[in-house]
Amino acid sequence: MANYSIDTKGLLCPMPVIKAQNRVATLNPGDHLEVLSSDPGALSDIPAWCRINGHQVVEKGQQGREVRVLIEVG
Amino acid sequence: MSEAKKVAVLVSGGLDSMLAVKVLQEQGVHVEGLNFYTGFCVEGHTHAIRKKDQKKDKRNNALWVAEQLGIKLHILDIVDEYKDVLINPKHGYGANMNPCLDCKIFMVKKALQWMEEHDFDFIATGEVVGQRPMSQRKDTMPIVSNESGAEDLLVRPLCAKNLPPTLPEREGWIDRETLYDFSGRTRKPQMALADQFGFEDYATPAGGCCFLTDKSYSVKLVDLWNARGERDYEMDDIMLLKVGRHIRPRPNFKMIISREEGENNFLQGYRNQFITMQVADFAGPLVMIDGVASAEDLALAARITTRFGKAKTEPEVTVEIRARDGSVQKIKVSPMSAADIEQSWYI
Ligand code: SF4
Repeated sequence: MANYSIDTKGLLCPMPVIKAQNRVATLNPGDHLEVLSSDPGALSDIPAWCRINGHQVVEKGQQGREVRVLIEVG
Repeated sequence: MSEAKKVAVLVSGGLDSMLAVKVLQEQGVHVEGLNFYTGFCVEGHTHAIRKKDQKKDKRNNALWVAEQLGIKLHILDIVDEYKDVLINPKHGYGANMNPCLDCKIFMVKKALQWMEEHDFDFIATGEVVGQRPMSQRKDTMPIVSNESGAEDLLVRPLCAKNLPPTLPEREGWIDRETLYDFSGRTRKPQMALADQFGFEDYATPAGGCCFLTDKSYSVKLVDLWNARGERDYEMDDIMLLKVGRHIRPRPNFKMIISREEGENNFLQGYRNQFITMQVADFAGPLVMIDGVASAEDLALAARITTRFGKAKTEPEVTVEIRARDGSVQKIKVSPMSAADIEQSWYI
């Protein structure tokens, strides 16, 4: 299991989802991917994408204008 | 028993693609969704900008449809490749700058490529004969199958009975008899089928799936191309065309004037790429200058800027002009009267 992070700040949805999707495709089950975004839409879109594609959202939250979603690859 | 055949369905998030997925699921084939992001999709990047829109439901309809129907959804970024489709559409534009026919051909071609790479058997769309004036006419639907290279691997479950049988139908992977024969602009058959499937909630996008069907957006895009002397754009251009009031007082520059706090914040993110200005000491919008502006142009822009804030009735106002490197210059100007802002400047 390894931890990774991508910064999609400045991009609007669905780009953060696409970046997360493409990164997850290169990872192994159990790996953690942290996605940072400035689009509050990512807080609902990334978890929806995870539910559909069999990944877990470990944590999600917003601080000021920054949104963070932590994914565990399924 | 042989393994279920696999179909990739183009899912926009609207009702038609939702129905197409469901109809194919009922046939027992394995369905996954493909959603294309061109950069102009209504789905993305609208809710994040304007404050009033941030309160709205933020769901992405394509993801929502996939979740409702229990299918995987793959979102494909075609922003770069889409440029050529929009700039040089072989079949031209629709009512606005929407190159729907070329767009459909391109998406189906990409779907075909995806299908081959992922070992799927065929592709499908929610298209209906006669539904849209450009891409979904009886004479243009075969063009989509032919020019995309999909040929008879492309199934349109909602109107299949109006079209020649495709390979999946001829081979018995799916049963043609249980497909539909919808046609024309009416939405009634789709709504009835939605009822039958028990869909209580679905997206009904007005016009089309992207901003290119929007008149005022298209006018701004053409203005941008004319001003730059070339038909090209970057992702930032696509987004900035959505934000604020656009005023072009001189051919060499335009002003993007934020209309509210959300747009103000959004434009702030571009301060290192553009000259920006704002009235000092009074509430007012953030204004961005796109193009090459002389000192005289900036003074004119400053006078226009004062018009859109609380300082408009003052005799003299200080405007702060911020350069890309962060240096700020202050100039004093008299606010322009509403009558002096020519209507033709508004894009
Ligand atoms: S409305 Fe936009 S996305 Fe939809 S087919 Fe036309 S050009 Fe393509």
